Amino acid sequence: MRIALLVTHIRPEEKLLIGAFQAHGIEPDVILDRDLHFNINAGMEQPAPNGSAWGDYELVMERCVSTSRGLYATAILNAWGIPTINRYSTAALCADKLHTSLALAQHGIPQPQTRLTFTPDAALNSIDSLGYPAVLKPVTGSWGRLLARVNDRDSAEAILEHRETLGDYQQHIYYVQEYVHKPERDIRAFVVGDETICAIYRTSPHWITNTARGGQATNCPITPEINTLCQRAAAAVGGGVLALDLFETPEGELLMNEINHTMEFRNSSTPTGVNIADAVVRYAITQAQPALEVAL
Amino acid sequence: MSTLIRAVICPECEAEITLPANIMQNELIACPDCAADLEIISLNPVEIALAPEVEEDWGE
Repeated sequence: MRIALLVTHIRPEEKLLIGAFQAHGIEPDVILDRDLHFNINAGMEQPAPNGSAWGDYELVMERCVSTSRGLYATAILNAWGIPTINRYSTAALCADKLHTSLALAQHGIPQPQTRLTFTPDAALNSIDSLGYPAVLKPVTGSWGRLLARVNDRDSAEAILEHRETLGDYQQHIYYVQEYVHKPERDIRAFVVGDETICAIYRTSPHWITNTARGGQATNCPITPEINTLCQRAAAAVGGGVLALDLFETPEGELLMNEINHTMEFRNSSTPTGVNIADAVVRYAITQAQPALEVAL
Repeated sequence: MSTLIRAVICPECEAEITLPANIMQNELIACPDCAADLEIISLNPVEIALAPEVEEDWGE
């Protein structure tokens, strides 16, 4: 079985995945995204950076820390008929918070109240209508970068003015959410295929609970409610290997917040007792198949 | 994957870093002295360099 692991570099997750593949008798080829050179006028017969034809791979597992490189690479590979985890269609939905929110809304999945506007004035009106505090997020990005808890109108005006001066056009797309008064924690659940394999609480006194920002991981039992919500949300974005972030509201409701398509899990196997890398590899093996010829 | 234990010099602070035996090509490590993010750019001979700066689109 020929499997490629497409990476920006080797992080603990990729090292765990390589070890898990090896435990199943598979030596994945590691391909660096910095070395990629795609000929869009040709197809999967062209060589990957290591000299093997792309079409020889029965699966490419995309583990780029660079979201844009991962997205473009899977778009091309899928266009050639090469299976990837995750599929481009899923990654594209998860990589953009608006697209994720739309998919969740279309499937009737509970999520925080969300607004989208294109000017600071319209954003201010949206924040006013949601009430304070509110949360202003870039539509793309990760690790809690540039999230802003907007506590009052003065801070809203200041943050919006700062956003307007940022050069990236995506900073001028104003994605606003209600602030969910969660209990100093959120839930990260891991879905692999059709199974919610485990979940952690991410606990922090800070309102941003990402483990990349210091949130502490402890085991979160998978309740039927968590499982059902996660399965529905995963299906809404096309399924695969996903990390889903859930909020618990003061009323006891669960809301789906975000879905991540190249999940980090280095801190999650120990508290949950679940070998996440092995679960991902077992799923990957079921998804591997010879590339289908696709007319370009 | 290497089975040898080797030491390298941090390009940021010049501390000596003992590499784990199972270090991999293109693996990220942190300098234990200055916490700089480093990348193993070669295993034979072993070479390290400062890891690329985090970019705006990096994440999960």
